[in-house]
Amino acid sequence: MDSDIGALTVIFTEFYYWVTVVFMFFIHVGFCMYEVGASRRKNHLHTLMKNTMVIPLVTVTFYLFGWWIYSAFPNGPGITGGLTAAPFAEPWNELMGAHMGGKPVGTDITEADTALWARLNGVFFAAFLLFSWTAASIVSGAVIERVRSFAFWIVAVLVGSVTWIIDAAWGWHPAGWMVRVLGYHDAYASGVIHAIAGGAALAMVVVLGPRIGKFRADGTPRNIPPQNPWLVTIGIFLIYTGFWGFYVACNIPIFDVQAGDGVFYSATNIYLAPTTLSAITFNFLMSLSGGMMAGYVVSRGDPFWTYSAGLAGIIGASAGNDLYHPIQAMLIGAVTAVLVYKLHYWVERRFKIDDAVGAIAVHGYGGFIGLVIAGFVLWGYPSSPDASFATVSPWGNFLGALIMFGVLGFLPTFVVCHILRAAGMLRIPREVEIAGLDIAEEHAREIDELEIAAADAEARGASFRPAR
Amino acid sequence: MSTGNFTDWTGNMLDIGPLYPFVGSEVLMVIIGFIFVIGWFILQARVESREIGEDLRLANGKLGVTGGAVHGAAD
Repeated sequence: MDSDIGALTVIFTEFYYWVTVVFMFFIHVGFCMYEVGASRRKNHLHTLMKNTMVIPLVTVTFYLFGWWIYSAFPNGPGITGGLTAAPFAEPWNELMGAHMGGKPVGTDITEADTALWARLNGVFFAAFLLFSWTAASIVSGAVIERVRSFAFWIVAVLVGSVTWIIDAAWGWHPAGWMVRVLGYHDAYASGVIHAIAGGAALAMVVVLGPRIGKFRADGTPRNIPPQNPWLVTIGIFLIYTGFWGFYVACNIPIFDVQAGDGVFYSATNIYLAPTTLSAITFNFLMSLSGGMMAGYVVSRGDPFWTYSAGLAGIIGASAGNDLYHPIQAMLIGAVTAVLVYKLHYWVERRFKIDDAVGAIAVHGYGGFIGLVIAGFVLWGYPSSPDASFATVSPWGNFLGALIMFGVLGFLPTFVVCHILRAAGMLRIPREVEIAGLDIAEEHAREIDELEIAAADAEARGASFRPAR
Repeated sequence: MSTGNFTDWTGNMLDIGPLYPFVGSEVLMVIIGFIFVIGWFILQARVESREIGEDLRLANGKLGVTGGAVHGAAD
């Protein structure tokens, strides 16, 4: 902050991430609207509040330990080294609050470090936190109409503040061991957000079981159509809108990518490798379009699958959208959308999986497929500016996909859901599920309406007799 | 071996130029892009004609199934 260019760079970066956070808020608004629109009227309020409460629960836990995990776990710990020192992310450190710089008391942080972290700690924290909400919210949609809110919130904290941020430290950090050893490349989070959340959603749905009535006696699935298609439509358009903020937040806006060998300022991806905002704008739009076009045809014009296929298109291309050519992004988006659609119905029929909004397919299978494709298309690319890191390869990204979807996505959530089920805290009682989760609120509203009608009648001097 | 035209991020950035894989195949990719769009229209025309035919049979009361089954399962 002691030179004009230094101060401008830091303050521009601070403002840049602040704007991405505002955009990403739309994702959560969209998820809430989508879920409520997809659920039946008898479950609307609980469905809404289940996802809304992700915001405070994941925020507080992410402040307490999630942000520190990202900064401290790039080596595993125990895989390629120990914990990485990250005093600026410790919740008791003075840099986790308003700060003007200078050397904090009793730490090894230098004054130069502080000049950066005093400005950027909060906005970096917030950008990663909004990713956390997204990861937890993806699980939310798959389990609607039969999960206990308590159980979902436990899993939301597990995914939002623990498992996803471990995977981010491993595969979405400039020094992450998966980047260093596997050459793992996942610039816009096909795996680190979408595959892990899809894997967690699959685990929860497997333990939870399907909604009553979803499958016929012979095992064939019934269609439970969205209660409010217009809310679903607006919701998913808001998710598209928030996705812009998500993409931009995955970049560093201005960075000297030729440090030590001249000066060259560029935007970079999360691994500090050069890219441009123009590149990701081309590719975001082309992969969205490829997904929507393929989704429309393969679903025979189904609106919900066309929208979801747009998301699947972006998610499929996201791993390499910092580097793909726009037409490559379009084709990858289209292929991902078709595979996601086919897999959703195949898994539903074959394994009786009730994925209420297609979240496991769009995010989980879409993210996994996107990682595998990136391994082939970007084969031999440098995964990092550090030339000692492994290069991108099909096996590196395939192993990465298994770690994201299976090891950090499915397994921890599967174990926690079994514990919740054993404690009788996972699923609502059958009678309540049939009557609807909002039965108490509906009953209270009827009583309120009767009381107001009686008060109105009394004010008019008339007698009131409730209808029976 | 790399599908791009560079294997590391050292050296002058201006020497790298295009970042995408398979540099040199731009014309081929544009041709593939056209094929994708034209193919989509051809496929969509066929699917739409088939659906309209089914709608027509429904409208004429010759098909005793619901609209949902005709248009594919909504999620």
